[in-house]
Amino acid sequence: MKEIGELQLPDDVRYAEDHEWARSEGENTRIGISDYAQDQLGDIVYVEFPQVGDTFNKGEEFGTVESVKAVAELYMPIGGEILAVNTALEESPELVNKSPYGDGWLIEVKPADSAELDTLMTRDVYLETLKGIK
Amino acid sequence: MKEAPGITGLILNEPLLWEKGKKGRRGFSLPRRDVDFCPLDENLTSKTLDFPDLSEVDVIRHYTRLSQWNFGVDTGMYPLGSCTMKYNPKINEKQARLQGFAGAHPLLPHTLSQGALKLMFELERLLAEITGMDAVSLQPAAGAQGELTGMLLIHAFHKSKGIRRSKIIIPDTAHGTNPSSAALCGYRPVHVKSNEQGVLSVEAIAEVMNEDTAGIMVTNPNTLGLFEKNLKEIAEIVHSKGGLVYGDGANMNAIMGMVQMGQIGADIMHLNLHKTFSTPHGGGGPGSGPVCVKKHLEPFLPVPRVAQESDRYVLSEDFPESIGRLHAFFGNFGVMVKAYSYIQSMGPDNLKKASQLAVLNANYIQEMLKGTLHLAYDRPCMHECVFSDKLQQPHKVMTLDMAKRLMDYGFHPPTVYFPLIVNGAIMIEPTETESKEDLDLFIEACKAISNEAQQTPQLLLEAPQKCKVRRMDETAAARRPCLAG
Repeated sequence: MKEIGELQLPDDVRYAEDHEWARSEGENTRIGISDYAQDQLGDIVYVEFPQVGDTFNKGEEFGTVESVKAVAELYMPIGGEILAVNTALEESPELVNKSPYGDGWLIEVKPADSAELDTLMTRDVYLETLKGIK
Repeated sequence: MKEAPGITGLILNEPLLWEKGKKGRRGFSLPRRDVDFCPLDENLTSKTLDFPDLSEVDVIRHYTRLSQWNFGVDTGMYPLGSCTMKYNPKINEKQARLQGFAGAHPLLPHTLSQGALKLMFELERLLAEITGMDAVSLQPAAGAQGELTGMLLIHAFHKSKGIRRSKIIIPDTAHGTNPSSAALCGYRPVHVKSNEQGVLSVEAIAEVMNEDTAGIMVTNPNTLGLFEKNLKEIAEIVHSKGGLVYGDGANMNAIMGMVQMGQIGADIMHLNLHKTFSTPHGGGGPGSGPVCVKKHLEPFLPVPRVAQESDRYVLSEDFPESIGRLHAFFGNFGVMVKAYSYIQSMGPDNLKKASQLAVLNANYIQEMLKGTLHLAYDRPCMHECVFSDKLQQPHKVMTLDMAKRLMDYGFHPPTVYFPLIVNGAIMIEPTETESKEDLDLFIEACKAISNEAQQTPQLLLEAPQKCKVRRMDETAAARRPCLAG
């Protein structure tokens, strides 16, 4: 498993306590899990998505991610409507491990409240939390 | 024996049955036909039958060789946490194979099944006594079905009072099947975190318990192997708001004869007879998950129920408030015979002693390995102890690698990566049936592996080396499973 210093923590995304990230892309927001989360879970073998059109509040469970070690719930870092899910993961769930912030994204949402993104952690704050966990 | 039991030796390969044999080979010969030829209805037959043609010795060698690749509790220590893989005395197998039991047909009339019915009736009374409950149904075929039964009972109880509730409280130290069972019954699981001591705090429950909550599912001891010491107070809170307390009895092996869950607030409890009461279950079955309840839930128990009518036993359906049947017949009867035989041959004092030794053995391992492995919660445990790979992480060695390496030493690995609240969990349940010498060998093996993790981590990363098959590609197996033969 990776040391803190080996983790990729880009600063163009915001982080949630449950290790999801959110990135603003135009009017919409892309959501995935952090490098720390994928590293802890190990090889991802399945991602269970919500339906496009579903609406969730911040903190609500929107799916699960299954690895060889465990099944983990996925929680909405912000509230909103599901616009798209990353169907490429159905065939290639390993993309979450290989590229957690790129091709391994999970869902795209239309935010209910665009200000919610700012309540999430910046890279530096998230890094401090991880140091607390490690 | 001072050495670890793991050693290499000649193992014979064995192909699939379909790759063996030769066209026309037989394992039996039938006498010449002396009745008229009578073909079956064509709708019931097929032109080709994909059966291999084998002799008796082909078949015997096939299964003997496969059995030699296997590892079970009859082979060696099997400390799979949360699973209670204890040795099951052979006397119980013998009783279950008695012709009167093994050959009984479930459709026999009760007049011809008095022995079986009496055994079921008496087993119900024994389990009620052990748990401190009033009534028992032996029908659930395994633990998870017992949980579902419990949820249906809770629903039936509230319904009988004209109440509808939508939530069930589930601690993060519960068994994974608990939230599933609640959800399957239509309840929404409300998760509650355990406190820094690894148990539920009274405040945490008081905060979430309300008039829309049907009850709580508690595993005691919990999946950290810790006793839920606040359970009595927690039960009072749940009861005061009209809820019920469900006790998951999967870890009953820690408290037989020591704690009656019925006395500390549980309204319903299931038992895993195959774990606690002696049925081999390494292959995934058969199970038996009786549900024990307090008086106020008895009317809702599944039917048919075994009842005593003057000098005979009958199966009665006459319980109008019952949740109904759970499956076609009465459960896995053979497991009940083994449980009855186990309880009767042990007696009350020895059942208690078994639990005491199970707890002692786990605490011995916990103390001896503390420092070698990181202990998740440093306080006396019950029947199992939970470590993690925190001390091995700097060497890039993980729980999985240590578990695989234990096989080379001749031990079945413990449960890994569960409970989920401990990162890289290693959950060891030695049970009461391991001797001190065997526990010491296991402890020595763990210490040796910890040294290897520091000095020769490659040994762990490439483990197992002595097994018939090496490290399996679990990822490929999960991503692209090959389910055909």
